[in-house]
Amino acid sequence: MGHMKTYRILIVGLGGQGVILCSNILAHAAVGAGYDVKKSEVHGMAQRGGSVTTHVIIGEKVHSPLVEQGRADIILALENDEIERVKHYLRPGGITVAVPDGFAKKLKDPRSINVAMLGLMAKHVEIPEQAWLDAIKGALKEKLVPVNIEAFRTGLAEAR
Amino acid sequence: MKELLSGNQAIARGAYEAGCVFAAAYPGTPSTEILETISGYDEIFSEWAPNEKVALEAASGAAFCGARSIVAMKHVGLNVAADPLFTLSYTGIRGGLVIVSADDPGMHSSQNEQDNRYYAAAAKVPMLEPSDSQEAKDFTIKAFEISEKYDTPVLLRTTTRIAHSECLVEPGRRIELKREYKFERDPRKFVMVPAHARLKHVAVEQRMKALLEYSENCPENVIEKRGTDLGVITSGIAYQYVREVLPEASVLKLGFTHPLPIELIKKFAGMVRTLYVIEELEPIIENHARSLGLKVQGKPEEFRCGELSPGIVRSFMLGVQLPQESKAAKARPPILCAGCPHRGVFYTLNRLKLITTGDIGCYTLGVAPPLNSIDTCVDMGASICHAAGASHVVSKEKQSGMVAVIGDSTFIHSGITSLIDAVYNKANMTLLLLDNRTTAMTGGQQHPGTGKTIKGEDTFQLDLVQMVKACGVKSVRVVDPYDLEQTRQAIEAAVNEDGVSVVITQQPCRLIDRSTWKEPYSIDEEKCKVCGACLSLGCPAIVDRATPEKKHAPEINALLCIGCGLCAQVCKFDAVVASETADK
Repeated sequence: MGHMKTYRILIVGLGGQGVILCSNILAHAAVGAGYDVKKSEVHGMAQRGGSVTTHVIIGEKVHSPLVEQGRADIILALENDEIERVKHYLRPGGITVAVPDGFAKKLKDPRSINVAMLGLMAKHVEIPEQAWLDAIKGALKEKLVPVNIEAFRTGLAEAR
Repeated sequence: MKELLSGNQAIARGAYEAGCVFAAAYPGTPSTEILETISGYDEIFSEWAPNEKVALEAASGAAFCGARSIVAMKHVGLNVAADPLFTLSYTGIRGGLVIVSADDPGMHSSQNEQDNRYYAAAAKVPMLEPSDSQEAKDFTIKAFEISEKYDTPVLLRTTTRIAHSECLVEPGRRIELKREYKFERDPRKFVMVPAHARLKHVAVEQRMKALLEYSENCPENVIEKRGTDLGVITSGIAYQYVREVLPEASVLKLGFTHPLPIELIKKFAGMVRTLYVIEELEPIIENHARSLGLKVQGKPEEFRCGELSPGIVRSFMLGVQLPQESKAAKARPPILCAGCPHRGVFYTLNRLKLITTGDIGCYTLGVAPPLNSIDTCVDMGASICHAAGASHVVSKEKQSGMVAVIGDSTFIHSGITSLIDAVYNKANMTLLLLDNRTTAMTGGQQHPGTGKTIKGEDTFQLDLVQMVKACGVKSVRVVDPYDLEQTRQAIEAAVNEDGVSVVITQQPCRLIDRSTWKEPYSIDEEKCKVCGACLSLGCPAIVDRATPEKKHAPEINALLCIGCGLCAQVCKFDAVVASETADK
């Protein structure tokens, strides 16, 4: 694979928005694309109501499962209000992918917004489309796959 | 092919591959998923035990018969299991016995930040500490081997960041041990009367010498030679932070951390100009290195508290100023979920202005505003004892102003003996037993009160009403916590009685059974007098869109509301209305 780029990504949102699922799909897509991957989240009381943040780091060889303050390449938000909490993690020149106005209305099922946001972010990360689709298929119940693939494509189209 | 596994899943996989046949645990963040994953392997008998002491004792029973056994718990769980641990160190085992202690630096979901490496030293048992999921799997297998070779239980210590981070792991095949599991009598080994235990203590000291020899030469303790300017001794997750932040530094990576090597550390110290120890929480390796007379630097004292991070390591090693969190970020502390059946209880306690001794579980969140109705939280089962103890010293009048709250799973874990004490010693108190039919905080695990095993099989269901009565409680009321009036009346009547009274609230946790969800409510703006009564429930589904002109502007988020109806009960103006499709 030669030298692969390293991407340090934070995904933020609120409990119930599917932050964990979103980071699972990203992590598995990256594995499918041949990257080393580490992903970190917390459970238990920290998960009750409120803010959820996951760290996903992909690259040729990943050491820390935590992104450092000031060194994230991408912040992906499922809830724009939550960007404020983690923006100090972003490196100078890093990218914030926020939910566009009225984006949920473009989706067949508003609950698939987490997967749609991955589509919106996809152009910033070198992962082939097939790896994304395989990861979506692997992460969801069969009946939910079509609507989520459509959501992912809506995200891709929105990013163009 | 490599798989993405959390540290917990990797430990489960390691137990499977090592030929483990018995696993027990009480759920506790960050350890819970170990047993949840193991329960998926048909080859391993697995159980949720009522508490960690029981889990360790059951696992040691299997290990005495030659079975490889594993038990998992959070750091404070090992306090509960410490009694058997210290003497199992003496008896040793027959089949490998691995005890996983998952510590929680940063207290993401815990009441303290204890460093369980001290347990290895105190109980004189070996300890392994993985630094990623691959090592979590490999070290689990190694722990079984060490356990059997040195005839000792082995502590495998993880931390939240190991337990809940996912990394790529190479799965392997399961070893099928051709063993006949049976108990062979050996009173000198298994019966720790003083005469036997005195001999065993001598054996334990000899074992420590053999383990030190292992520690000096084992593949888990390795020198990674890079530059000679800076050398760092590290272990666990801190190793990953060191590699991230100081890629040029030579590293002595310690995976086998009790007993700590002596010669290996001296050798490493001789290889580098400046020697650092970077470890999370307590300065255990640092103090050890100092005791060897080495010139060594550790992390600044302020970082003894809290979770380490690569940013913190960069800040003190390279003098980098870390960007700080924005003050404008909305505070979102953990709170009871929308529709939580505990909410009505705490709303009532708040209204009745009762002092409430609390316990460990979701309901500890009753402390948060606006409910403000938990006054103590220390350890599992303590709520009952706090109220009972207080009742023996405060005036009669003050006694009726106090209640204890405990969840169903916590009651079974450690509350039953507490209740027996309260009745036996004639305390004057009321206990609210919040029965939500699950171990909710850790994600909804079965327990003896649910009537299901970890594998979902039907089993005897402990009847909490019968249990409470068997402890000697004469006054027992069962109420529906979604009915505020019924709940208030029951609590008021109970606190005015003499002796020990119990109110059991019964409603399942909404997260374990979505079929209980009802249509969302909404607020009729015409009828709403913006009094704020609904907001005093502290429900995350009710948002206050207050503006400078309007003191309150409650609005129900239909995506979060699951139709519990509490807000409709507290609204005096009938402004909270059920949707037309509401299933009433």
